[in-house]
Amino acid sequence: MDKILISPSPHNLGKDSVKRLMYGVIIALIPAFGFSVYFYGIGALAVTLTAVLSSLCFEFLIAKFILKQKPTITDGSAIITGLLLAFNVPSNLPLWIVIIGALVAIGVAKMTFGGLGNNPFNPALVGRVFLLISFPVQMTSWPLPCSSRLTNWITARAENLDAFSGATPLAIVKEGLAKGDSMTSLMDSMPSHMEMFYGMMGGSLGEISAIALIVGGIYMIYRRIITWHIPVSTILTVFIFTGILWLINPEQNADPIFHILTGGVMLGAIFMATDYVTSPMSYKGMIIFGIGIGILTVLIRVWGAYPEGVSFAILIMNAFVPLINKYLKPKRFGEVKKK
Amino acid sequence: MPKTFPKGGVHPPENKLTATHKIEVLPSPKIAYIPIIQHIGAPSTVIVKKGEDVKVGQIIAKSSGFVSANIHASVSGKILKIDETLDTSGYKRMAVHIEVAGDEWMPEIDNSTTLIKDINISAEEIISKVAQAGIVGLGGATFPSHVKLSVPKGKKCEYFIINGVECEPYLTSDHRLMLEKSEEIMVGIQIIMKALNVSKAIIGIENNKPDAIEKMTQLANSYPGVTVEALKVQYPQGGEKQLIKAVINREVPSGGLPIDVGCVVHNVGTIIAIYEAVQKNKPLFQSVVTVTGKSVKKPSNFLVRVGTPIRDLIEAAGGLPEDTGKIINGGPMMGKAVYSLDVPVAKGTSAVLILPQDEVKRRPMSSCIRCAKCVSACPMGLEPYLLMVAAEMENWERTEAENVMDCIECGSCSYTCPADRPLLDYIRLGKSTVSKIIRARKN
Ligand code: SF4
Ligand code: SF4
Repeated sequence: MDKILISPSPHNLGKDSVKRLMYGVIIALIPAFGFSVYFYGIGALAVTLTAVLSSLCFEFLIAKFILKQKPTITDGSAIITGLLLAFNVPSNLPLWIVIIGALVAIGVAKMTFGGLGNNPFNPALVGRVFLLISFPVQMTSWPLPCSSRLTNWITARAENLDAFSGATPLAIVKEGLAKGDSMTSLMDSMPSHMEMFYGMMGGSLGEISAIALIVGGIYMIYRRIITWHIPVSTILTVFIFTGILWLINPEQNADPIFHILTGGVMLGAIFMATDYVTSPMSYKGMIIFGIGIGILTVLIRVWGAYPEGVSFAILIMNAFVPLINKYLKPKRFGEVKKK
Repeated sequence: MPKTFPKGGVHPPENKLTATHKIEVLPSPKIAYIPIIQHIGAPSTVIVKKGEDVKVGQIIAKSSGFVSANIHASVSGKILKIDETLDTSGYKRMAVHIEVAGDEWMPEIDNSTTLIKDINISAEEIISKVAQAGIVGLGGATFPSHVKLSVPKGKKCEYFIINGVECEPYLTSDHRLMLEKSEEIMVGIQIIMKALNVSKAIIGIENNKPDAIEKMTQLANSYPGVTVEALKVQYPQGGEKQLIKAVINREVPSGGLPIDVGCVVHNVGTIIAIYEAVQKNKPLFQSVVTVTGKSVKKPSNFLVRVGTPIRDLIEAAGGLPEDTGKIINGGPMMGKAVYSLDVPVAKGTSAVLILPQDEVKRRPMSSCIRCAKCVSACPMGLEPYLLMVAAEMENWERTEAENVMDCIECGSCSYTCPADRPLLDYIRLGKSTVSKIIRARKN
C-alpha cells in the first residue's frame, strides 16, 4: 500500500503538452516552407536552416551559461522562433545577417525576459524589425520567385543573388502611387490575384503563399492549437478597411483582395499574432487584438513610410496585451443576469 | 444539434467500462462502519449506545438542524462501538460500528420490488418523509434533499430538472439506474413535481447513453409533463449550473442557487431514494457504486450497504490490481484519493476508481505559456492562470476580485493545461482562504 498516491483532483490530465502544441505549429508551417523552397530554391532552405539552428544554439547557450537554467530547447519554441524569423526575411539574405537576427530574437526578445512565457513581444518579429532597421537594403531586396528553380538546385542560390526583383507588390504600389501612376496601370504590371494566392510574387521567404499558410492555419485550428479569433479578425479587418478605401477611391487604393494576399497579412495573422505568449487570453481580447493589428497594418501601408506594416502592427498590439487582458475579461458565468 | 452548455468544458476519455454491467447486490459486510456525517451541513447526533441491537433502517443518528440529515443503520446487529474512524474525507470522524447479525429490517419498510405508482400524500408530507429518510444529493454534493424540496418564500419553481448526465469518466451507476429502475425514477419525478408544485420536468442525459435516452423517452410518454433532453457530451455538464444552462438556457447568478432562476435539480440516484422513502418507507442506507479501473479484473456496479469498507467492494471486483497507483472515491475529475481500503462507503459514494501507477504520476510543471487554454476550458468564465498566480503570491484581494468563489472545482483547467500546472490546487487554496476572509468580514 505504500505506493498509493494521494493528491487532489483532477486525477487525469489531458494529453496536450507544450511540446505537442509547439510541434503542431511546426507541422503547420511545413506547407508554406515547401512552397518557399519551390519558388526560391536552395536559398530558402539555407536561410531557414541557419535561422533555426542559430536560434537553438543561442537559446541553449544563454540558458546554460548566462541564466544558468536547465535549457529547454526541446520544447520546440526556439525552432518556431527560428522558422518564423526565416519566414520574415528575403530568401537571399546573407546568412550572417540571419544569425544576427536569431541572436536578437532569442537573446534580446526572449531570454532577457526569462524565456518562454515571459516575453512581451514576439521574438521573431523583434528580430525581423531589428534587421529591417539595421540592414534596410538587404532586407528589402527580394529574388524573383520562379517555379523552375527545383530543376536547377545547385546554381539556384548564386542565381538568386542576381535575380532581384527589387520590390514586392506592396512596394511597387507604394512607389508607383508616389510617382503618380494610376492603380489600374500598376495592377497590370503585377501578378494576377490567383498567382498571388499561390505565392508567385516577390516577398519574404515564407509569406508569399496564401494558400499554404491558410492550410497551416486550418490545421492548427482543427488540432485546437489556436482558435479562429485572431486570424479571422485580423484578416477581416484588413479586408474591410482596405475595401472601404477602395470603394471610395479605386484609383488611389489597391483592392482588398490584393491587400490580404500580399505582404505579411496571412503569415502575420495566422502564425505571428497567434503566438500564445504575446496575445490576449480571452476571446473578446483576441478579437480586439486582431482588429487592432488589421487597422494598424492598413494605416502603415496606406499612410506610413513603409510599404508593409504587419510586423509593426503586431509588435504595437503586443504592447497593448496586458491592458487588453486587464479590461477584456472573459464573460463570467452568471454575471449578466445578476439583479 | 443536441444542446450543451456554451462556455468552456473539456472532453476527457469516457472509459465507461461498466456501462453494460447489471447492478449486482453485494452482501452485507461483517462489520459496518457508518459515519455520522455523510452530508454537507451539521453533523448528526448519535441516539444509540454501545451494545444496543439495531435493525436495518433503524435511525441511529438524528439530524441536528434544518441543513443536516438523519442516519440509519444499513445492517442489523449489535453496536460494537462508536469511535473515530477514517472515512472518505481522509479524516478520522465519528462512526457507528455495527457487528452484523442476520438481516432483519424495520417492519414498516416495504422491501419488495413492486412498483407503487399512486401518490396519495401531500407536498408537506413528502418533504417530511424525505427528511426522515435522511436523503442527501447523490450527485456528489451530498446536500440534504429536503432542503432543496422546500421552495423558499417568494421564489417560484418552474422547472424540475433531472440530472442523468453522469459526465464523470468511468462512472456508470446513474446510467444503470436509468436502465434498471426507470419506472421508479418516473414515479419519483412525479413525487418531486408534487412537492415542488411544478408541471414541467426535464431529464438531461448525455447522448453517450442512447439506451437510457430511449428508455426514458419511451416511459416519459405516459407521464405528463416529463420530457427527455439528449445533450451533447461535454464535461462538466453534470454541474448544476451547466446543466440548467444546457437544458433551459438560464444562468444561475454568481453566488446564487438554481431556485433563483426557477429550477430545482436532482440527480437520478436521489430520485430513486426519494421514491423509496415515500412509497416504500425505506430510508437511505444503500448506494450504487461503480468499482472500476483499467486493471480491475471484474469492473462492476454494486448495490452496497452504507458502511461497507471499500476493501469488500474491491475484493468482489477481483481484488486490488498489482499496479495500483491511486484509489479514488468518485471519478477521475472530481473524486477524492483515499489511502486506506478501510474507508467505508457513504450515502454519496458513487464509485471506487482504481488508477494504475503509470497514469497517476503528475508530470512536472513548466512555466505558463499563456496559451489561454485554461481560460477557454473554464465553464465558469474564470481565468485559472491568473487565479493561480494571485493565490501563489497570496494576493487574496485580487483572488477574490477575480471571482475565485465562482469556481466549481471541476478541474477542467488543470486537465487542459499543456504546461501541467496544478491550477486547481492553487485555486482551492485561494477559495478556502478567501471564504475565511469573507466570513470574518461578515462577523
Ligand atoms: S477555475 Fe474552477 S470552474 Fe474554472 S475550470 Fe478550473 S476548476 Fe473548473
Ligand atoms: S493552460 Fe496552462 S499554460 Fe495555458 S494559459 Fe493556462 S496556465 Fe498557462
